[in-house]
Amino acid sequence: MIKTVPSSVQDSPLVRGVLITIALCFVGLMLILPMALVLTQALGQGFTLYLDALRDEDAQAALRLTLLAAAIAVPANLLFGVSAAWCIAKFEFKGKQLLLTLIDLPFAVSPVISGLIFVLLFGLHGWFGEWLRAHDLKIIFAVPGIVLATMFVTFPFVARELIPVMQAQGTDEEEAATTLGASGWQTFWRVTLPNIKWAVLHGVILCNARAMGEFGAVSVVSGHIRGLTNTLPLHVEILYNEYQTVAAFSVASLLMLLAVVTLVLKAVIEAKAAHSGRV
Amino acid sequence: MLIPLSATFLKAAEGGLASFWATISAPRVIAAYRVTFGCALVAALINTVFGVLLAWVLVRYRFPGRRLCDALIDLPFALPTAVAGIALAAIYAPKGWVGQYAADWGIKIAFTPMGITIALIFIGIPFVVRTVQPVLESMDFACEEAATTLGANRWQSFRLVVLPALIPAVLTGFALAFARGIGEYGSVIFVAGNMPMVSEIVPLLIITKLEQYDYAGANAIAVAMLGISFVMLLAINLLQAWTRRAESQR
Repeated sequence: MIKTVPSSVQDSPLVRGVLITIALCFVGLMLILPMALVLTQALGQGFTLYLDALRDEDAQAALRLTLLAAAIAVPANLLFGVSAAWCIAKFEFKGKQLLLTLIDLPFAVSPVISGLIFVLLFGLHGWFGEWLRAHDLKIIFAVPGIVLATMFVTFPFVARELIPVMQAQGTDEEEAATTLGASGWQTFWRVTLPNIKWAVLHGVILCNARAMGEFGAVSVVSGHIRGLTNTLPLHVEILYNEYQTVAAFSVASLLMLLAVVTLVLKAVIEAKAAHSGRV
Repeated sequence: MLIPLSATFLKAAEGGLASFWATISAPRVIAAYRVTFGCALVAALINTVFGVLLAWVLVRYRFPGRRLCDALIDLPFALPTAVAGIALAAIYAPKGWVGQYAADWGIKIAFTPMGITIALIFIGIPFVVRTVQPVLESMDFACEEAATTLGANRWQSFRLVVLPALIPAVLTGFALAFARGIGEYGSVIFVAGNMPMVSEIVPLLIITKLEQYDYAGANAIAVAMLGISFVMLLAINLLQAWTRRAESQR
């Protein structure tokens, strides 16, 4: 939304120039420089080495695990986010404020602590540790733990995105649909969903970026077993600590690509949402 | 959600209060708290200044590259923290792009608390910009115009008219950046050097304890950290409520 600034409250060209320069320097130094560095480090030794690093078996396994974790966590949180936002925005009930606070919790808690929570629950000495061992199930230091931790950390994204939008829309349109004889499911599918689709997409994209990039929580529960419980971000750490700089930055460049795609999609969705008048 | 969280608290109570206190008041733990909260505070303050400036520039001025800048602000949200960590470590290391010039002046950035602060600035900047920006966008020019008509210069009307209206958003942005900075792990560990007593952060200390199978210790530190974070978030919430009340009375 571009509003024209009245001339009487415009800053002098000097002030404007100085502030824009500071802003550009900040963006350049803090945001663009790291991206440029990842690219030069990844490709600096030639394209073959870059491809080799990506073709490496452990890197491939890490990529598969990252995609798997995101493929489970994102749809689960989509389902949960839509239903939680629906409950909070369209109905009145006791404990609503508590539910809102709980939804925000993974944002407020350090990812390391989120991971720790799962170790305390499902680890060998945890609450369910004995039971899990008796049934020969492994959660911590195995794939289920990684998926659980990812779900926990990305849990607020869709819900947070939808709650304000659905609250702003109120229940008028749904009530009209019900009066006209629509069933609950029809109302949701034909009335509610079209109204929130851009917000849903926005939330899903941010949720996905975080799910694929999560480091702290996953690092606690993963156990760092190469080829088995290593996600891409953890693989970057291992390579970096072994001084395999080119390989580390090559894998990092994959994750950076994910970030860039996320930002582009986000910008496109925001433009479309603004265009359709429903953010 | 509730069960896992209460699990941490109960587990901490299991060991008894005395051992809990002994763990969290050990010198190494206290030092880690100081580093974590100190760096997060400095980074959040710097982010507040630059965040307001960026939001102002993005909302009020038109210049080439504005939309790109706007989109890039969200990069720290989208970029995995481990990637940010290794990139910042390489840039600010003594042989890195920026680090070599700092080294000429005898300043070490990476692997010191300064490196941690820079990582936290990177992580926190979108929080301030994205909370202040919408408020600036929806702000009416009428009050500012009135101030100008009454003879205020631009700086006066910014300080006395615009800034007071921004304060709740600025405080919220500051609080969010600060809270994120306290918990941040991925981007910090690469650039911190992780020396006990000097540049070791609390989340890393938790992981170290876990790797030594000291679950009770890890848990005690985590509970203390949760407690401090909650108290601070509460204080900031009260501060905001107070600002809003002052606003509505005016």
